[in-house]
Order: sequence, then structure tokens, then C-alpha cells
Amino acid sequence: MAAPSDATKAARLASGAALAAGSRGRRSLANYLFMPVLLVLVLVFTYVSVSRRDLDSTESKRLAFDFILARTQEHLELTVLSTVLVLIIAIPFGILLTRSFARPITPFAIAFFNIGQAVPTIGLLLIFAIVWSIGFVPTVVALAAYTTLPVLRNTMVGLTQVDASVIESARGMGMTKLAVLTRIELPLAVPVIMAGLRTALTINVGTATLGAFIGAGTLGSLIVSGYSSNRPFITIVGGILVAVLALLIDYLAGIAEDALRPRGL
Amino acid sequence: MTDTQDAVAPDSGTAPDGGKVEIRLENLAKRFPGQDDPAVDDLTMEIPKGEIVILVGPSGCGKTTTMKMINRIIEPTSGRIFLDGEDVTDVNPDQLRRRIGYVIQQIGLFPHVSIANNIATVPKLLGWKKERISERVDELLEMVGMDPGQYRNRYPKELSGGQRQRVGVARAMSADPDVMLMDEPFGAIDPITRDRLQNEFLRLQEQIKKTIIFVTHDIDEAIKMGDRIAILREQSHIAQFDTPERILVNPADDFVADFIGRGASLKRLSLSRVRDVELHQWPTVEQGASHDEVNRLLEGSDKSAVLVLDSERRPVKWVNADHLRRAGDGRPLSELGLPAEAVVQPNATLSDTLNEMLSARYSTAIVVDSSNAYQGIVDIDTINETVRSLRRAEQGRLRGGDDEDEDR
Repeated sequence: MAAPSDATKAARLASGAALAAGSRGRRSLANYLFMPVLLVLVLVFTYVSVSRRDLDSTESKRLAFDFILARTQEHLELTVLSTVLVLIIAIPFGILLTRSFARPITPFAIAFFNIGQAVPTIGLLLIFAIVWSIGFVPTVVALAAYTTLPVLRNTMVGLTQVDASVIESARGMGMTKLAVLTRIELPLAVPVIMAGLRTALTINVGTATLGAFIGAGTLGSLIVSGYSSNRPFITIVGGILVAVLALLIDYLAGIAEDALRPRGL
Repeated sequence: MTDTQDAVAPDSGTAPDGGKVEIRLENLAKRFPGQDDPAVDDLTMEIPKGEIVILVGPSGCGKTTTMKMINRIIEPTSGRIFLDGEDVTDVNPDQLRRRIGYVIQQIGLFPHVSIANNIATVPKLLGWKKERISERVDELLEMVGMDPGQYRNRYPKELSGGQRQRVGVARAMSADPDVMLMDEPFGAIDPITRDRLQNEFLRLQEQIKKTIIFVTHDIDEAIKMGDRIAILREQSHIAQFDTPERILVNPADDFVADFIGRGASLKRLSLSRVRDVELHQWPTVEQGASHDEVNRLLEGSDKSAVLVLDSERRPVKWVNADHLRRAGDGRPLSELGLPAEAVVQPNATLSDTLNEMLSARYSTAIVVDSSNAYQGIVDIDTINETVRSLRRAEQGRLRGGDDEDEDR
């Protein structure tokens, strides 16, 4: 935020600036770099371990670069698609459920969604597989159904926690209800909505692993096949890759959270 | 009381003092669902143009509800609202509110919006051009005593409570509305800042002459700020609607008397300002004067000390004969004696002045002009005389004038 002419001063005050940045909820550069560096190190270590090891035919088939890339792609598609689906469903509903006409039921809706969150994911996934079918689409829908709840709840909480006096002054100056929603309430709710979305992404990337059980592929299939073929090495590599992917996505979501948080908050 | 010639509102009757009526509330009532008694019951009231009208009363008396019905944040159950002669009871509320400034106690600045854009809210809604908005924002910031260059791009959380309040007032005035509604605007601010903001606002009002409805529960604030005070009892029934002077001198009933509380004559001192009273003089010397000069001055005066002024005629010290004797010859006067405290400006109220005086030496307050140059002094006799004459004047006016029936 310092002007270019202040570059030297800014450098001298770097530690102070980092502190100030921290107080605004934004992270310092070192903080931003830590996670990618760590993830790259883990990937390099995994790659070196795989390439220096004598692989049997099953192992070399499962740990081939192309195979892993294809599973990673499935994993990402599943995660992204289910999250987009969640966005499309949860945010409009969250907005609707917090409008003044719905205010009487808002607390009950939030309580209901909190209960919904307690149902175990694997159970939901298996129910979908049994009553519908197996494969990619049911997995996307199951993941979305599960993670709609945190996003919906956070959208509602984010909107209801907006200071009533801010809304009253906006209405009192003649802003329409729609303008108050789009220009005041939603921007002020962004941090909470983004936190919900980040939770959803993290849940989805982890839960997508379970997609392997109902034929959706994903990096989970490395874990499953390593287990069923008694090749623990494959399972370990699969586990590491899932963890790296989950941390990467959470990291990116964290950056998006910082970037989208309105100034002045 | 003269009958108004203005045909602004039908059967407007006696607009107080014959001034133009800006707002007229006619049989206004509000009944909230699920409550047995109405919050506001059949209120009829006229608010003269360019005055500050205070709605004051105990909590729960419906004063805030009444105010919020004027810009229809709360829709009245029945009754009519006239703004400058126009019936606005059924017009589009969003359009209506853009014509009425609105300040609430919590201010409600938009935290994610810069100060400039906060102030620009209504002009933007009205579709003003960019340059006009930016000029207006700077003008308003200066008007409320904030440097535009410094504050334009800041965010509300970077301001102090008093500064936020100033921005709130600037925001309410942004589109130059004729009418402003203020709901306990200084309620959440520390007493010292509150006092300063009140004074600043009164000075501002002298220039802008808005019609202001001001809600408070604090009778002292009402007396200080109001051109006219409506004391409300439950369900917004008007117990008395009159000037502060007349309410203090002649409370309509026990409810009003109780509400004003004891010390009404002390409160009356908040109504007069230093510039309204005749200043007395005190012996003064320039700080370069010799000790002999001071001694001569003291001998020829009934006062026991002289006031030492600097070259700009600003008060510096009180010096008496004792100080001179102890200091010996040659010490400059500015190094002797006691600091000249209890300094007030002409716009200070007599009650503030009395307060200063009580803590000061010689029971006097030194009056200075805006450049801090000495003008004269106010002493306890001046205050006494003012209280007596205020009372006499009011009684005279009440006996001489045709006392209108109070709306009870």
C-alpha cells in the first residue's frame, strides 16, 4: 500500500508492515510462500522415492505418471464441479432465507443445517450409490449435497451478522432493498461466505477420495488399489498426493479469501 | 402568537411564531402487530422551517418511532405526513428518503466503503456527475472540520468516534436536504467530544438553516440544541411543545416539571451565551509593564490583582501585590503570579462559564475573542443578573402574550 517513492522506508519498516498487515487479517510474504515451498518439497521427495525404488508390474502400472495425472484430473473435476454446484444452490438460498419475509424461520433453518452436517459423508455417498447409480455424476451430487450445508449456513450467518445500524442507515438514505443487498450486505458477508466456501472445498477434495469406492476414479483409487493388491507403497503415495492436493486447494482458497475480503474490514 | 398566513397545510392554524411550516404530522398513529397499545397515538404536530425541533421524553415514549415515521422507515398505521406542503404519506419511500437527511446514534457508516464514498451515497443514488460529487464531498468534509486530502480515502474504522460522527452528519447533508432527522446523534460519544460536536453543529446550523428533528432522552441536550422542544409522554402524547425558555419558566404540568427536574434556573443558563451579556472590565497591563505601573494600577482599583496580557492582548497571568513583593524588581510580569485560567469564548453558554468560574481564582471568567485576545470578564454578579432578567422577561412575555392552549 506504500507509494513507490516510499520504497526504502517501506523496506526498513518491513517487519512493522507485516505486523500491520497481520492486524488486517492479511498475511506476510513469507507466510504466503511457506505452503507452496513445503508442497513442492514433498512432491520432489515422493518423486525421488518412486523413481529410485524397484517397482513390480502392479506398482509401476499404478504409479505411472499418466495414470496419476488422469486420477488427479478426475479428483479436481469432482471437487470443482461439486463446489460450483454448491455455490449455485447455497448462496441464493442463503440470501432468500435471510430476507425479511423469511426472518421468522431463519434461526430454525440454521439449526436444521447444523444437524444435517452431522451425517457422515461416506454414508451419504453409499446411499446415493445404492438408490441411484455409481460413477462420476452421483459422486458430484453427493458431495454437493453434503457441502451445501456449510456454505448455506455461512451465507446466512454472514448476512445476518451485518450490523443492523448499517442497513438502517442505508435504507434511511433511500437505497432500495436490492441495492442494500448487493452493495452493503453481500460485500460485508463475503469473509464469512468465503470461509464457508473454503470449508466446502476442503471437505470436497478430501471426500472425493471416497469416490474411488463408487467408481469415480480419483486419487482415492491409488489408495484403494494399493490396499486391495497388498502394495502399501501405492497406498502411501496415493495418500501423500491426496494430502498435497487438499493442502494446495486450501491454500489457494485462503488466498482467494484474502483477495476478496473488502477493504476497510 | 400570530396566525400564519401560509396556506401550506390545510387548517394549519397557528404555526408557532407564524413561521413557514416545513413538516406537518396529522393524526399520526403507529400500532405494532402483537401490541395492545399503540406506540404512537394520534399525534398532530407542526415543525417550522429552519428550526431544530427536539423530541424528548422518557424511554419508550414513542419519540424514535415518531421520528422514523417521517421518513417512513416505520410506516404509520394511520394519519398523514406533509413535507413542505406535499402529502408524502404514500409516495415512494426510497425517493422520499433521498430528500431527508438521516443520522442515527450508531451512525451506521458503511465499513467497507471509503469516507468519500460513504458521504457520496445519496448523490450517487440521485445520479450526480462525478466531478460534482467529488466537489461536494470535499466541501462537506471541510464543513465538518476534516481535511479532505487526509480523510477522503480512509475507511470508517480508521477514524475516532467523534470523526465518525462528523462524517455521519456530512453524509446526511450530502444532497443538501431541507430536512434532517437525527436520532440521538451524539448519544454514543464521550461527554467532552459530545459538547464540542454539539457546539460545532449549532454553529453549522446557523449557516445551513436546516429543518431538524432531533430525538434525545437528555433534557440538557434538548435545552442546549433546541429552538423548540416537544416533551412527549407515553404513546407520543405531547405534554408541552414550546421554546426551551418557556418550558423552563412555565412547565405545562407536573409531568413536564418532573422531566425538567430540579435546577431549572441553572438549566436556563445553558440558554444564554457570553456574547448576550454585558462584559465587565478588569485592570490589565501589558507584560512589558514595570512593577511600579502595576502597583499604581492596583492602588487605584478595587480589585486585588491585575491581568497581564501579551503583545497580542492574550491573557497570560494574574499578578497581585504579593507576587510583586516576593519577586523583587526586574522580573518580567509573565514569570510572576498565577496562570490566567478560566478563559471562555463569546459563544460559550453561561452555564459552561459558571463552571469555569467556580474553579477559577477571583471568581471570574476571562472572555476572549476568536483570536484569543482579551475582551472583558464575566463574574458571578453578571450571572446572577442574567438569571433574574431571564425570569423577569419570560414572566413578562407570558403575562403579556396570549398564552395558547398546550396540547396535553
